[in-house]
Amino acid sequence: MNSENSVGELVSQPYKYGFVTDIETEKIEKGLNEEVVRLISSKKKEPDFLLQFRLKAFNQWKKMKEPIWANLGYPEIDYQDIIYYAAPKKIEKKESLEEVDPKLLETFDKLGIPLSEQKRLSNVAVDAVFDSVSIATTYKEKLAEYGVIFCSIGEAVNDYPELIERYIGSVVPSNDNFFAALNSAVFSDGSFVYIPKGIDCPMELSSYFRINSGDTGQFERTLIIAEEGASVSYLEGCTAPMFDTNTLHAAVVELVALDHASIKYSTVQNWYSGNEHGIGGIYNFVTKRGHCRGKKSKISWSQVETGSAITWKYPSCILQGEDSIGEFYSVALTNNQQKADTGTKMVHVGPRTRSTIVSKGISAGHSSNSYRGLVQIGSKALGARNYSQCDSMLIGDQAEAKTYPYIRSQQPQSNIEHEASTCRISEDQLFYLQSRGIGFEEAVSMMVSGFCRDVFNQLPMEFAAEADKLLALKLEGSVG
Amino acid sequence: MIRQDAKVILDIVDLHARVEDQTILNGVNLKVRAGEIHAVMGRNGSGKSTLSKIIAGHPAYDVTSGTIYFQGENLLAMEPEERARVGIFLGFQYPIEIPGVSNLEFLRVSTNARRTQLGLEELDTFEFEDLVNERIKLVQMDPIFLNRSVNEGFSGGEKKRNEILQMALLEPIVAILDETDSGLDIDALRIVSSGVNQLAKPNTATILITHYQRLLNEITPDYVHVMNAGRIIRTGGKKLALELEKSGYEWLDAEPGNQGGLNHG
Ligand SMILES: Nc1ncnc2c1ncn2[C@@H]1O[C@H](COP(=O)(O)OP(=O)(O)O)[C@@H](O)[C@H]1O
Ligand SMILES: [Mg+2]
Repeated sequence: MNSENSVGELVSQPYKYGFVTDIETEKIEKGLNEEVVRLISSKKKEPDFLLQFRLKAFNQWKKMKEPIWANLGYPEIDYQDIIYYAAPKKIEKKESLEEVDPKLLETFDKLGIPLSEQKRLSNVAVDAVFDSVSIATTYKEKLAEYGVIFCSIGEAVNDYPELIERYIGSVVPSNDNFFAALNSAVFSDGSFVYIPKGIDCPMELSSYFRINSGDTGQFERTLIIAEEGASVSYLEGCTAPMFDTNTLHAAVVELVALDHASIKYSTVQNWYSGNEHGIGGIYNFVTKRGHCRGKKSKISWSQVETGSAITWKYPSCILQGEDSIGEFYSVALTNNQQKADTGTKMVHVGPRTRSTIVSKGISAGHSSNSYRGLVQIGSKALGARNYSQCDSMLIGDQAEAKTYPYIRSQQPQSNIEHEASTCRISEDQLFYLQSRGIGFEEAVSMMVSGFCRDVFNQLPMEFAAEADKLLALKLEGSVG
Repeated sequence: MIRQDAKVILDIVDLHARVEDQTILNGVNLKVRAGEIHAVMGRNGSGKSTLSKIIAGHPAYDVTSGTIYFQGENLLAMEPEERARVGIFLGFQYPIEIPGVSNLEFLRVSTNARRTQLGLEELDTFEFEDLVNERIKLVQMDPIFLNRSVNEGFSGGEKKRNEILQMALLEPIVAILDETDSGLDIDALRIVSSGVNQLAKPNTATILITHYQRLLNEITPDYVHVMNAGRIIRTGGKKLALELEKSGYEWLDAEPGNQGGLNHG
């Protein structure tokens, strides 16, 4: 038995979420121009400030160039060959779940996210987003008792325009980067969370993103605001059908934490990653950034990235408030022809700000997996501290792992620690586990989850088990 | 204990093996009956560890001819994990470190794999803790090592105790201990030996690979074999080990048929 081949087979398990829901959608013509931007805004009956926000972003985007510095290498994207607005027809805003198209409810059932009153998860409120349009949000009333707002961005624009106007683009400016500008111009929907002063959100909040159509670009936007002393844990999950074309996904996530507030944002990303020859899959270009505006505020990103043909994603923290804390815990697994360039930016502005980065990259098959991180300590960040740990695990000898840690410090009174390692699952390690009666697949997945344990420990309980299972699934050839 | 009527549980027949282009085993024959203790000695590089790893199913070695029967079954047709489940145990000369994998969890998963094979109930974490706390006394290992990653940062002696703990949990039919005594101080040697002696049963057998008489003072072998250049060139009783201790291996080289070892040409 050649163990490297066998490991290769193991990591190529069939994708379980590859089905397409047959549903009537309203789409506009392919292509992007100012008219399209205006059309999207008018279809959504948006206030003028938002139209102006979109138009400004569109004009900025036209002048920008797609970034090429990432270690990705993919064919050129034709931005005129994408549909920028599609929505399930019968979706409008629903007062109750009974009015939601049963096909959509069924889709989420199949994905393991039951939405109906009887079956839904007991301690997690879910915003279900289908092709970038929110179709239902559970537990809204219960959350409202605490003053917590959890709804789609679209609803928030109508119901809380002053909050949207105040915060949208305040963390990720529309001209931040090419993909953020594109998103700002054409974003469709996404989730909105507002936790009022002093409230510890009584349940986990979760958005589940489902891409359904193949030729439609996906541009959702998430905004989370934690007022003074508020705290929330938010989870995000994503899947998509299998198409042999690539789908563009360019999302923006903005988090704002005021004094003593804390936001924990966890992601399990399992978009379709293409087949073993690299055909199809999602191009995932995401801008996620949190702003620790208040003193002693805290923003923690945890991500388990297993899907997408291409991942370009750097969840970041701007640590402005004094004594604020930023964290980034990441597991990124790539296989076959997948390419991931992911990491974080920790920008220390305020004094005594602290950040922790733990990144675990696992590369199998012919994939390439890069960690790219920036730790920046500004001149006022007296006593700032950072600890970074970037570990890579290689499975087989065709995969590639790279680490690009950038450090910029303008403050001598700061402390930056960086550790990095690369390992390979060795034949001897597998044999040792096997010689104790542990099967080959289980041995591989034990070692992979052992490698990821520091990150899994950071995930909310239910999610940690799910992430462990997801990796095990990705690593189990025979399942499915 | 030798009983000529006892069942042969492990039967190695004319085993040849190589790694890449190098021949390492050159016709090994060895019969092991229930209740027996065998010692295998021989110079470094003579093929002792290779033999033990082939019995356990290491994928790096190609068996070019010969067979191994375990309780009448063709052992070579089984995956390494199946061999472990049916009762083959290898105590490694160099136990492997597995970072990130909890030793306790590892021990539990492997114990349950063996129990399932035996038709016993799997143990949950609490039941398993009871079992491990009982067996750990046998090797006098500090329970702190249960909460570490498998063998990671263990000293040589701690690794060896962890091997014997695994053996105590898996209760194998045939245990092969590859230089388990190397690097142990006298106290540790006694602890490990008494563990091995307590685990020996009339229906099981032990193969000890060792360089030292001091182990054989603690565990009395029924047979002593000497390996050279990939073959067993001499088999005797416990006295053979004493002779080797006194005179080394050279006098065996002088005997006809024992030259031309593969490692020399
Ligand atoms: N995986 C391997 N690759 C190459 N050579 C090996 C390998 N394993 C063992 N050998 C060689 O086979 C011979 C026997 O080794 P080994 O079985 O470890 O001997 P012993 O345990 O008796 O000291 C040595 O020459 C060793 O270098
Ligand atoms: Mg050896």
